[in-house]
Amino acid sequence: MIEVTALGKHFGKVRALDGLSFEAAPGRITGLVGPNGAGKSTCLRILSTVMNADSGRATINGIDTSADPLAVRRLLGVLPHGAGLYLQLTAIENIRYYGELHGVASGLLDTTIKELVERLDLGKIADRRAKGFSQGERTKVALARALVNKPDYLLLDEPTSGLDVMATRDLRQWLTELKRQGCCILLSSHVMQEIAALADEIVIVAHGRLAAHGTPAELTLQYSQNDLEQVFVDAVSGTVP
Amino acid sequence: MNAIIVVCRKEITDNFRDRRTMLSTLAFGPLFAPLMFIVMIQVMVNQTVSSAEERLSVPIVGIEAAENLEAFLAARRIDAHLDHEVTDLDSAATAVASGKHSYAVIIEDSFADDLDSDRPARITIVFDRSDTRSTDRAQRVQSVLTTYSEQIGGLRLLARGVSPIVMRPIIVDGYDVSTPTGRSALVLGILTYFLLFAVLMGGMYLAIDTTAGERERNSLEPLLTTPVSRTSLLLGKVSATVIFMLVSLMLTLIGFSLVLPNLPLDELGMSSGFTSVTAIYAFCLLAPFALLGAFLMTLVASFTKSYKEAQTWLGLLLIVPTLPVALATMLDVEPTQTLMWVPSMSQHLLIITFVKQNSIEPLMLAQSVISTLLYATLLSFVTIKFYKREALLG
Repeated sequence: MIEVTALGKHFGKVRALDGLSFEAAPGRITGLVGPNGAGKSTCLRILSTVMNADSGRATINGIDTSADPLAVRRLLGVLPHGAGLYLQLTAIENIRYYGELHGVASGLLDTTIKELVERLDLGKIADRRAKGFSQGERTKVALARALVNKPDYLLLDEPTSGLDVMATRDLRQWLTELKRQGCCILLSSHVMQEIAALADEIVIVAHGRLAAHGTPAELTLQYSQNDLEQVFVDAVSGTVP
Repeated sequence: MNAIIVVCRKEITDNFRDRRTMLSTLAFGPLFAPLMFIVMIQVMVNQTVSSAEERLSVPIVGIEAAENLEAFLAARRIDAHLDHEVTDLDSAATAVASGKHSYAVIIEDSFADDLDSDRPARITIVFDRSDTRSTDRAQRVQSVLTTYSEQIGGLRLLARGVSPIVMRPIIVDGYDVSTPTGRSALVLGILTYFLLFAVLMGGMYLAIDTTAGERERNSLEPLLTTPVSRTSLLLGKVSATVIFMLVSLMLTLIGFSLVLPNLPLDELGMSSGFTSVTAIYAFCLLAPFALLGAFLMTLVASFTKSYKEAQTWLGLLLIVPTLPVALATMLDVEPTQTLMWVPSMSQHLLIITFVKQNSIEPLMLAQSVISTLLYATLLSFVTIKFYKREALLG
């Protein structure tokens, strides 16, 4: 379970998060959606322990992210915005590096990497350097890298940006598969369609606060709109249902 | 500890494949520095040899009236050169100022008469003091002319029954105590300059890559979400930087030990005094400096926003450790215990001292190593502190 309670964070005068609260359950895909600058990335950064909140609390599996960041990181797989691969290393080397940083024993690491290469269809690029990879290939490798420690929690920041239709479909398929295995997936996007196609739960964020929360069906019912995109517009502009 | 090794190994593999890093590690230090040294030595050798022995050809106005002088000059490898445009002081001054001749000599019309009638005869040397070549040559001509003048003076005294010795109440002798190796210390001072440079250049691109570079290609954020403390990450990266610096230093030292014994240093009155023992000694002395340099460069690079900005700042940083060396060389500073607390200065002074093959005080050696390591440790705390900032992500 991911629990975010009254999270606040500001950068200078800019208030990125202003008391955001929501929950994300295991075995479900939770979509964090909001306009640019709503605080989605900041929220994910606090959850992935690279940043500390000014106020409020974020826990993963009951562990406070600021109290014991190392314990939290052991449970996490993170796909940040922009894949962030090492261009001089091959796909396999990129994945292996993270496995080693996670302290995965070398025998287990070999089999895990083999599995990931097979499952994400990385065979063709496995031993090529990341330098010439397409955006789709980069995202795939970065996803494999995030999964190398078999995490219970997966955080993805705008995972589909820059991906073509085929790559996006593949990604959706993998995430659904991971969900079935019981993984708790939290992903952000500024495109409602993207979230609608994937998420079991939708968290709409605006101005660093929770604007609306529910399953796609609940939200359309609540806002009496057929179109989730219209729900998004209404929720962000503060229209009360 | 395990994580530090994992990070260090990855950084080495990663940077080993990067052409820019390899160029600065392998090419700059080990190839460029000894090559530059060869060129410098060759120029110095040519200059010294040429100004001492070169046959000079000088426009001498009025030499027709001074046959004896002409023979005297010719015997000392100075020939009169005929130039129809140089006929008097003004035209000679113009020719020298314009650079057509580096200097000229004017013998006055009354020269022969003056000599015959025991009046002081006048010779003017036209030269350009802002031009060292001109000044050097003019000095050579002047000293030959002075010798000629003294000879004539001596003959005149003899003719009057007086010993020329009375004209020399004092004889001044110079006694040069510098050993050939001692004199080469200046040249080898430039060598420590190159060595310090090689150390820093060897690690520069790694220091940038592991901080600003990592941030610029968005790989820093996922790295910080792995269950490894930032301290371990930083130490792993800095150890890779230190290793590259030491490799660069080692290769440069090997380059120098191959090149130096083959340089015509003896023509400059020097023996090189650079043996493999010197190389090993210099390596041990500079190793703590690499640690200090790696932390300093990583710290500065972690402040910058981009690869380019980091490159600019670290480029400036390359000059800083060379300032004490330049100062020491210019002012001819002697090693003292206080100076052992100045990093780069202490390494420079100790290497020079070793090359001169005077004894080295073990105390100074210890002071240099310990003080440099102390600074490196202090700097490591500061760097770790800054690496833990949130703003590191930019």
